[in-house]
Amino acid sequence: MALPPYVGPAGRAWHYSFLIFCGLVFLFLIAPILVIIPLSFNAEPYFTFTEGMLAFESDAYSTRWYADIVNNPQWVFSAGNSVIVAVFATLIATVLGTVAALGLSQAHLPYKPAVMGLLISPMIVPLIISAAGMFFFYSKIGLAQTMPGLILAHAVLGTPFVVITVTATLVGFDHSLTRASENLGAGPTRTFFKIQMPLILPGVVSGGLFAFITSFDEVVVVFFLAGFEQRTIPRQMWAGIREQISPTILAVATILVCISIALLTTVELLRRRSERLRGMSPG
Amino acid sequence: MTVDAGTALSGPILAADGTPLKVSLRKAQRVRKLRAFALVLPLLAFVLITFILPIVDMLLRSVDNPVVARNLPITLNVLKDWDGTGTPDETAYAAIAKELVEARENKEMGKVATRLNFETSGMRSLIGKSVRKIRRLKEGPYKEALIKIDKRWANTEIWSTIKRIGAPYTHVQYLAALDMKTQPDGSVGMQPEDRQIYGQIFMRTLWISLLVTGFCLLLAYPVSYLLATLPLRYSNLLMVMVLLPFWTSLLVRTTSWIVLLQRNGVVNDLLVWVGIVGEDGRIQMIYNQTGTLVAMTQILLPFMILPLYSVMKTISPSYMRAARSLGAKPATAFVRVYMPQTAAGVGAGCLLVFILSIGYYITPALVGGQSGTMISNFIAYHMKSSLNWSLAAALGTILLAAVLVLYWLYNKIVGIDNMKLG
Amino acid sequence: MRLPILTGAAVLGLAAFASGPAIAADALTVVSWGGAFTKSQLEAYHKPYTAKHGTKIQSEDYNGGLAEVRAQVETGKITWDVVDVEVSEGVRGCDEGLFEPIDTSSLLPAPDGTPAVDDFIPGSVIECAVATIVWSTVFAYDADVMTGAKPTTLKDFFDVKKFPGKRGLRKTPVVNMEWALIADGVARDDVYDVLSTKAGQDRAFKKLDSIKDHVLWWEAGAQPPQMLADGEVLMTSAYNGRIFNAQATENKNFNIVWDNQLFAFDYYAIVKGTKRKDEALRYLQFATATEQLAAQASWISYGPTRKSSAGMVGKHAISGVDMKPHMPTDPKNFKTALLNNSDFWADNQDELNERFNAWLAK
Repeated sequence: MALPPYVGPAGRAWHYSFLIFCGLVFLFLIAPILVIIPLSFNAEPYFTFTEGMLAFESDAYSTRWYADIVNNPQWVFSAGNSVIVAVFATLIATVLGTVAALGLSQAHLPYKPAVMGLLISPMIVPLIISAAGMFFFYSKIGLAQTMPGLILAHAVLGTPFVVITVTATLVGFDHSLTRASENLGAGPTRTFFKIQMPLILPGVVSGGLFAFITSFDEVVVVFFLAGFEQRTIPRQMWAGIREQISPTILAVATILVCISIALLTTVELLRRRSERLRGMSPG
Repeated sequence: MTVDAGTALSGPILAADGTPLKVSLRKAQRVRKLRAFALVLPLLAFVLITFILPIVDMLLRSVDNPVVARNLPITLNVLKDWDGTGTPDETAYAAIAKELVEARENKEMGKVATRLNFETSGMRSLIGKSVRKIRRLKEGPYKEALIKIDKRWANTEIWSTIKRIGAPYTHVQYLAALDMKTQPDGSVGMQPEDRQIYGQIFMRTLWISLLVTGFCLLLAYPVSYLLATLPLRYSNLLMVMVLLPFWTSLLVRTTSWIVLLQRNGVVNDLLVWVGIVGEDGRIQMIYNQTGTLVAMTQILLPFMILPLYSVMKTISPSYMRAARSLGAKPATAFVRVYMPQTAAGVGAGCLLVFILSIGYYITPALVGGQSGTMISNFIAYHMKSSLNWSLAAALGTILLAAVLVLYWLYNKIVGIDNMKLG
Repeated sequence: MRLPILTGAAVLGLAAFASGPAIAADALTVVSWGGAFTKSQLEAYHKPYTAKHGTKIQSEDYNGGLAEVRAQVETGKITWDVVDVEVSEGVRGCDEGLFEPIDTSSLLPAPDGTPAVDDFIPGSVIECAVATIVWSTVFAYDADVMTGAKPTTLKDFFDVKKFPGKRGLRKTPVVNMEWALIADGVARDDVYDVLSTKAGQDRAFKKLDSIKDHVLWWEAGAQPPQMLADGEVLMTSAYNGRIFNAQATENKNFNIVWDNQLFAFDYYAIVKGTKRKDEALRYLQFATATEQLAAQASWISYGPTRKSSAGMVGKHAISGVDMKPHMPTDPKNFKTALLNNSDFWADNQDELNERFNAWLAK
């Protein structure tokens, strides 16, 4: 941000302190996430930088905590559960959410605000209440402490994200395309798959990724609803933080951060692609 | 289709097949409405059954009170005729003696004792002790016998508690959630001083949420301004630093705060190394309210930055330039021209952060220690540890009501449809 | 093109469901306190049991209390088979029908033929549970950090002027209230009588108030040694075996102060309604046999509950340290010990828990 030449010293001072303040805020946002990455390579079972680490001695670093994860059947098992639950929950959420978004984007929908409110509610209601409610109810119908129960719970928590992102994508959707397609003789399903789907795909995938990361990182519902055999990575981390505090947690955290970076990059690329496709930003 | 100029103005317009256009149009619209609704129906049904229904069930649970009614039916029947003063007569004592022993056989005695004990402390020990001794009694009169076993059986309060808690549906838990209880004489008053927690916890939750919202606003405003005014290339890059925390797991971020803020953590080590504090003067920044505040601010900051950014991006820079050219100093122009235009974003961001923070559970649980715990931690405590599920449900209902009110406010100001994500 | 991928995913998913989780469904689930204690049970009971009978044992951790068991019995979905419980939970769980009654004649006799009933220390066999260890709550400090004067009595724990610094206490009224009264001058024999009165309880809370700002509250047994190692606290209450474990296997220079130790039994109970009741009973009989209890004592410094095992207590399995001086029941340590009064806590735990939580939140 270049300052105009007529700005005096006071103005400059303001400007630089403003930039420094913003820099500090960015540091505040990012530092906690980045600081655990080097700490996860700590050779000692401590949570702080040892002197060896600060001097960059190579024997102060080790990958023993990562080896710990792989060798510990508990972690491997939790990882497997996390993936299974997240994948199935995402599939359910994406399918149901996309279809619902299609319905919501149509102007003729009756009671639209009420319907929208109900569909978004899983995102609004505090997680502890959702977890409590689902725990009581699912126990009654025998779904507590089962995989299907957990998958359903995560699916319902992920749908609002899909609904929001797909409706946002559909906002700019040119409905004359569907009308043209129907005019040319294609039925509604064919129109959907051949015309609408490719165009809203970035939104769908984006929403799906949101739903995935919501399920993958979710711990409160898992805490109440899952038994030992349905333990997921966050649940295992929770136990680790409260009880067996060891840097293995940091290693797991680092892996999760890398996954987040990967997903974030994907979503960003998709968003740009979608904006390009719709001519909203220069290529 | 030919339109006769003469008939065009007389009688309704007809569609090609002869039906009035209005009817045909209405039919076509109804079909479209149904089709739109049919698309929404699967998800709606899914959300209703797997989400809404459980929450409604939880609301019901907060007033549901079956244990005592189920186990002491005869006693409660006798107590119906009791006027609430003094002590009931022999039939009540005989009934309760019999039913408590039966409850013990059915292994329900513990539940009854626990339930009554929630209301009036000491009843668990009273019942346990009495049942152990009643079993040795062969026959009545029970009134004297019970009072001999423990003097408390002559207290009006004991009997009024039993009568009150015998109601299958009761608002008792809501009273408890608000630190109130029914006094022995029947009126509603406050709990004894050393038992009052929830009022304080609700206040604390609101206070922490307000502070977090305030801090977030303070930190987010300049940053959003920077992001909105930088050219797209740079702002996209910097945006990554906002979105990455947004996408990182909550547990990971909370863990990293533990690592940073503990006594031998990175921040304290840094302070000691620089010389600001001595080795013994390490600051306690975690397992207290400070820890909760710091961690929650960082976690909720993206939720304040994103709405502010999206609003600020729409503000044209020409307003500021116009103000400057009309003679305003930069500060005046900013305060009087720019800031009011960001009001919508500020409102949206603040409401969003506030709504999210009053329901937080994980962060206060991990870094809050004792002084930084919030209402959700207590709900979880009653669900997992004390097993007073109805109280958990009552507290949850109150929290839910508060959130819904705030959300309604958010909808009025911003609108659900305008919620954007990243 | 999308459809085949979806169906393929669905098939894989169903296969994943059908194959079930990695842990065998017919394993016995034994729940205990985690960390070093669970490890000792793993080595002394679980591994030999699986070697002898073939059944796999699934070990889970918890931090005490009957909540989880109650929830399981109430919802009918019982996944826990055997639970390691404290005294008051053993008594209350039995009263509430959460545990199976155990026939004492089914327990294995001592090697010399003494029937189990006579071999077990009085108090270690109750209606629905059998005790495996005698353990104690003590307080400890890091001798490397405390270079000057060292605490020797319970009063030192409550003396923040003489020993400034943070304290660690378990997040429960149990033990803390007894200690508060003792530190306030009540004689050990009178503690529970005084505690039964409201005035006594007020007095205990008042004493706890005097150190409240200095206390960090722990819930898991593994936390106290961790808090000492991290320097988060100067002194902390702890389960004695966990501190011993830090001394023996992690070479930490922690010292235990045995003054006014509060000792208790720790029991195995079988959850009522579990489908693997017979297997659970067989495990219980095995784990409470003389050899197994003695073996356990070679992994962690908790005393065995059978007289016949006491003579077999030897050296620590890893470090070779002699276990006897580290046992709570060793005469040197036992001079000022107080037994946890299970009747008192069975009656008053709920009420005092509530008051304690309200006190904590202020």
